[in-house]
Amino acid sequence: MRAVRVVSGPVAALDRASVDTDQIIPKQFLKRIERTGFGEFLFYDWMKDPAFPLRRPEFASAPILATGRNFGCGSSREHAAWAIQEFGFQAVVAESFGDIFRTNASKNGLLIVSLPETDVRELLDAAPAEATIDLETQTVVLPSGRTATFDVDPGIRDRLLNGWDDIALTELRTAEIDRYEADRERPGPNVLAL
Amino acid sequence: MLDKVWADHEIGDGLLYVDLHLVHEVTSAQAFEGLRLADRRVRRPDRTLATADHNVATGPGEPDELSRAQLEALDRNCAEFGVRLYALGHRRQGVVHVIGPELGLTQPGMTIVCGDSHTSTHGAFGALAFGIGTSEVEHVLATQTLPQRRPRTMRITYAGTLGPGCTAKDMILGTIGQIGTDGAAGHVIEYAGDAIRALSMEGRMTIANMSIEAGGRAGMMAPDDTTFAYLEGRTGAPADFDAAIERWRAYATDDGAAFDREVTVDLADVAPQVSWGTNPSQVAPITGTVPEPADETDERALEYMGLAAGTPLREIAVDRVFLGSCTNARIEDLRAAADIIRGRRVSDTVRAMVVPGSAQVKAQAESEGLDAVFRDAGFEWRGAGCSMCLGMNPDILQPGERCASTSNRNFEGRQGAGGRTHLMSPAMAAAAAVTGRLADVRELVA
Repeated sequence: MRAVRVVSGPVAALDRASVDTDQIIPKQFLKRIERTGFGEFLFYDWMKDPAFPLRRPEFASAPILATGRNFGCGSSREHAAWAIQEFGFQAVVAESFGDIFRTNASKNGLLIVSLPETDVRELLDAAPAEATIDLETQTVVLPSGRTATFDVDPGIRDRLLNGWDDIALTELRTAEIDRYEADRERPGPNVLAL
Repeated sequence: MLDKVWADHEIGDGLLYVDLHLVHEVTSAQAFEGLRLADRRVRRPDRTLATADHNVATGPGEPDELSRAQLEALDRNCAEFGVRLYALGHRRQGVVHVIGPELGLTQPGMTIVCGDSHTSTHGAFGALAFGIGTSEVEHVLATQTLPQRRPRTMRITYAGTLGPGCTAKDMILGTIGQIGTDGAAGHVIEYAGDAIRALSMEGRMTIANMSIEAGGRAGMMAPDDTTFAYLEGRTGAPADFDAAIERWRAYATDDGAAFDREVTVDLADVAPQVSWGTNPSQVAPITGTVPEPADETDERALEYMGLAAGTPLREIAVDRVFLGSCTNARIEDLRAAADIIRGRRVSDTVRAMVVPGSAQVKAQAESEGLDAVFRDAGFEWRGAGCSMCLGMNPDILQPGERCASTSNRNFEGRQGAGGRTHLMSPAMAAAAAVTGRLADVRELVA
């Protein structure tokens, strides 16, 4: 995973609440067995509508997507995060996010920023005006020049800032896992013995 | 209950051990490929089970090339990494959240994950079970652990008793209608109250299954005698069952335990529910009307659904009926629907299908003669899979078609681009099939 620190540029606005992952990438595109090739199908059904906001030319190169609360709710499909990233977004800003989507994004270096509703509203209304997100300082410089701060899990922040691989990090704790399995592992069904 | 399961499985700071990892074709291929590229192996094949469900054909006809390639990738990956697979045609194949419990693999106090948001289903047994993405699938395959922050806790207590014609599905739809699709975001829900204890395991699974539709990380219920009776004698159940029961009982929440949030749902307010919009919080009692839109989300939903505010729900005609999904395709669900169907005919204007949750549910239903009840009434009787719940296989709605569905999501296009989904219980879906419109099942049993 590439390290992420600052995302800066125009903001694209999708002013809808509870956008679910079925909209972000519909099921017919989940048959691929690769991690790539999803960007062109982002919001596939909504993109058919000429008035769909993300078709506006001024949003074309925006690295930041601002949207309504509860973004990415529903299905666990990581394809949603892949599609958003491949489409060209490096960060998504909303009041809140679906839990699984938030985690999926963090595994791929797609920056997830939760801001209070008034700050998200400013981004949505001023789009495509530019904003700057700094993960290290946990700040967003809004189009008005005002600076907002956001919370992020410290573990996820470290991982993103350094571009660390999650599995490699856990493998550093293999001795702990071995010890857990030897001393504390709960009895449970053995799938291979069924 | 969450605290106890968490304490049992936290290896060290923020790292959680996984007791059972369920795998299916749609969210695993990229994870296995990641293992291959990094020269990693599956750490615990004895705690990993794969099945084919999301993308399998449930009727006659060949799958398309991409679907076949995805299923073949699962075959190949499981063979290469030593993972047990119940592929299409195996007597234990089925929807991943149906087969885990029916094989007795889902047990109280366990941690269970799967690359599917409806993994919350297994929480009905007092397990901590939640959906994960493909990167996390790879992480669990490689390490049998997941980095996790402890979620907050939320208790939903049901007051009163279920009215006639009401089921677990009506309880959970009513609950989501009350708290919203992000009402439980960041929380693990514990469902409590006499009405929960009175439910069968099938009913409890229906409720736990839809925890994610309220935004919940997971949903749990205290294990009790109903839980133990369900598990006893199943393939994966422990040999020393009495000792296991003693261990399992200890997971129930202690009296006086504190929760970060408490919500009460009054069952006196819950009549048979149907959804009218494009998210599972947009529900109303069948006796009601399509509501006035409260905001832009509602307006958009009504436009998509082709509905006008004020229309009585019972006047809405349906084109399709889907009885299936990890929410409502267990034997009890099929029995409940068959009880309504028996001696009646599917309306001439409706195409209806039953997709059993697993090959075992299908076999059980056939041994009880339920397949004949459905077939005689004009239902299609299919093989096991996710089918039209998410419409990856050819079972999809055509644009504008309206479907009474026992599944869990009425999102735009979920069952097919332009398709319109109304969520409800199996009995209510059966009532819709025979009347050709959304119907109050209580009028058919009176």
